[in-house]
Amino acid sequence: MAEQTHHEIDKVTGTATTGHEWDGLRELNTPLPRWWLWMFYATIVWSVGYWVVYPSWPLLSSFSSGTFGWHSRDAVVRDLAALKAVRGPMMEKLSSASVELIKADPMLLDFARAQGRTAFGDNCAPCHGPGGGGGKGYPNLNDDDWLWGGTLADIGTTIRHGIRANDQQTRLGSMPAFGRDGMLKREEIEASADYVRSIASLPVDGKADLALGKKVFAATCAACHGEDGKGKRDMGAPNLTDQIWLYGSDKAVIVDGLWNGRGGVMPAWGARLDDTTIKALTVYVGTLGGER
Amino acid sequence: MREAEVHGTELPELEPDVPLYEARRKVYPQSVRGTFRRIKWAVLLITLGVYYLLPFVRWDRGPNAPDQAVLVDLPNTRFYFFFIELWPQEVYYFTGLLIIAAVTLFLMNAVAGRVWCGYLCPQTVWTDLFQAIERLTEGDRREHLLRERGPWTAERVARAGAKHFLWLMVAWWTGGAWVLYFADAPTLVRDLATLQAPFIAYAWIGILTVTTYFLAGHLREQVCLYMCPWPRIQAALTDEHALNVTYRYDRGETRCSLKKSELLRAKGEPTGDCVDCMQCVHVCPTGIDIRQGPNLGCIQCGLCIDACDAVMTKIGRPRRLISYDTDINIKRRQRGEAPEYRIVRPRTVLYAAVIAVVALTMLYALVTRVTESISVIHERNPMLVRLSDGAIRNAYVARIINKKPQPREFALSVTGLAGTFVDVVGATRRPGASPVIEVGPDQTREVRVLVTDYDDSREHSTPIRFHILDVAGTERAQTSDHFWRPQ
Repeated sequence: MAEQTHHEIDKVTGTATTGHEWDGLRELNTPLPRWWLWMFYATIVWSVGYWVVYPSWPLLSSFSSGTFGWHSRDAVVRDLAALKAVRGPMMEKLSSASVELIKADPMLLDFARAQGRTAFGDNCAPCHGPGGGGGKGYPNLNDDDWLWGGTLADIGTTIRHGIRANDQQTRLGSMPAFGRDGMLKREEIEASADYVRSIASLPVDGKADLALGKKVFAATCAACHGEDGKGKRDMGAPNLTDQIWLYGSDKAVIVDGLWNGRGGVMPAWGARLDDTTIKALTVYVGTLGGER
Repeated sequence: MREAEVHGTELPELEPDVPLYEARRKVYPQSVRGTFRRIKWAVLLITLGVYYLLPFVRWDRGPNAPDQAVLVDLPNTRFYFFFIELWPQEVYYFTGLLIIAAVTLFLMNAVAGRVWCGYLCPQTVWTDLFQAIERLTEGDRREHLLRERGPWTAERVARAGAKHFLWLMVAWWTGGAWVLYFADAPTLVRDLATLQAPFIAYAWIGILTVTTYFLAGHLREQVCLYMCPWPRIQAALTDEHALNVTYRYDRGETRCSLKKSELLRAKGEPTGDCVDCMQCVHVCPTGIDIRQGPNLGCIQCGLCIDACDAVMTKIGRPRRLISYDTDINIKRRQRGEAPEYRIVRPRTVLYAAVIAVVALTMLYALVTRVTESISVIHERNPMLVRLSDGAIRNAYVARIINKKPQPREFALSVTGLAGTFVDVVGATRRPGASPVIEVGPDQTREVRVLVTDYDDSREHSTPIRFHILDVAGTERAQTSDHFWRPQ
């Protein structure tokens, strides 16, 4: 138990003790440096001032806003406004120029691509990959195969209205679930899958019934993919004769598509991004190399 | 201490009441006239003139570059020095410049000791100017000393006030000149005057005003004695042939008063030329006595030579009792041999050779400096793309640099893959020709290059080269990369 013995001097160190003693152990009185203490007090005073002038106290539904009216969101808005002012003249040019004009002006094209690249990273990269490389079910935007058309106007429309999205003018058209919904029998699906591989110059098993496949294709698939299987852009039906396969070209994958249907969704960005950003995105995606 | 005693050696013990550091002894250098003083004035005028006026020298670089002869353009990352324009990746020129500066300092040191310290060092030049101001306001040594020992009269306050005001003005102007090297000088002067200049300009002027005022006005010789590393390095680099400000003790000793020496001379007895008038000590800006031999505090400005020469002339003795000389020569004179001056010796030849080699290398690099270059990065996301017809395409980011003040057009071609198709986003393409990329004056442009290969038989990775050729000229540049196919 602590016993109070005042102002005793410790013999070994020559330092005064605080007078506290625990089981024979006494505490030396070695106070903090005075300058240190004063700085500590100053920070306390400073923090009180800080509470008053800056937003700090959480209240029931909000927070104390502080006498300066400072807000972190305002700071961001100010920074963005400053940035916009710097980019102002180029942004104005970008918003008024047509995509064709942008392509003809090297400076404007570089600017649009830079803007588009940033917007792409923020909005498109989660599905299409940071470089537009795509993945299974998500189109590679670097190649020259376009489900809905690859002109800048087509790309712009796709971005603005999306695919099978919640938008009045969205692009519609999907692959029905022929197997699941009982429109085709298992062997018809197997045969048409073999037939599709054959028109894409992919190797086909010798036992495959290509004649049946051809018949099924003409009766069921040609409506969207065309008699020759080259696809139809206005329906988003892919070209089945080229070497690009959105979900893969294995027979099992094709059968799966026929059985369960296909229909990926891309959001409509017209409501979320402004016109200039969509224009920059259009130019950027187009100049990844697939524009035609 | 106890251990030292055991081993039989005794360490010198400091007296407990002797402080470790000497308190500053204030120096009141006396004004002096003579050859070296004139040289110092000339050097001061030239160096300060260059420093204060250089930013206003114009240099026509055409419509796309600043017209300031010497400019450190930090926002645009360019350095301009008359006909030279350096980009950030060319800062190795500064390395060359620093090597030349260092070896020149060594050479000066091998020839004439700390001649840099005495004449050219900014600390010396500004201190000299500040001391001139001090003499102007507070009077020369004697007057200044008397006034400082006397009471604070109104006159003394006025004189001290005038001194500090003038010092601050010079310091302020010094800081002001410094910032002019970082922006267009006439514009910045106007902006500064109308309080439109950026905050950083005022901040730097403030910092340099304060440092100049304290370093040149108050610290003075303390900088040379305690802060500057050069006296220490210099002592290790010098040799016995280097010219130093030297008191010729062979001629000066034994020193005695003028009266006594005339008496001895009349009797035909030997006596030294030094009459112990202390003029050499009084004029010394670092407050040393040169007669004590080589000294760390000696900046070798030669003012003691001027002071001594004046005295020698007055008493009818030969001049240069103190002069630029070497210690060996004094010993040679004592032995009755003629003094020898060897400026050409292995050390000086080596230094001169190093300077020449570095300078010529830099000159060669400057003259043959390429004004265009290309660098390429392979796009990795995705590494490659299969097109609908089965061809493989790789994308690259090519960065093309045009260091000329005119816009230029470069034709881009790729070698290493026969039958490839090269497309550049944003390039103009004439039928059947390579894509042509326009790059603005003094600019870098980044373009996306698409290389398509139709040959299915090639390796996974094929080395290829990118070439650019100035459409209007013959300048070209190239770089290498790889073309990837699926594995």
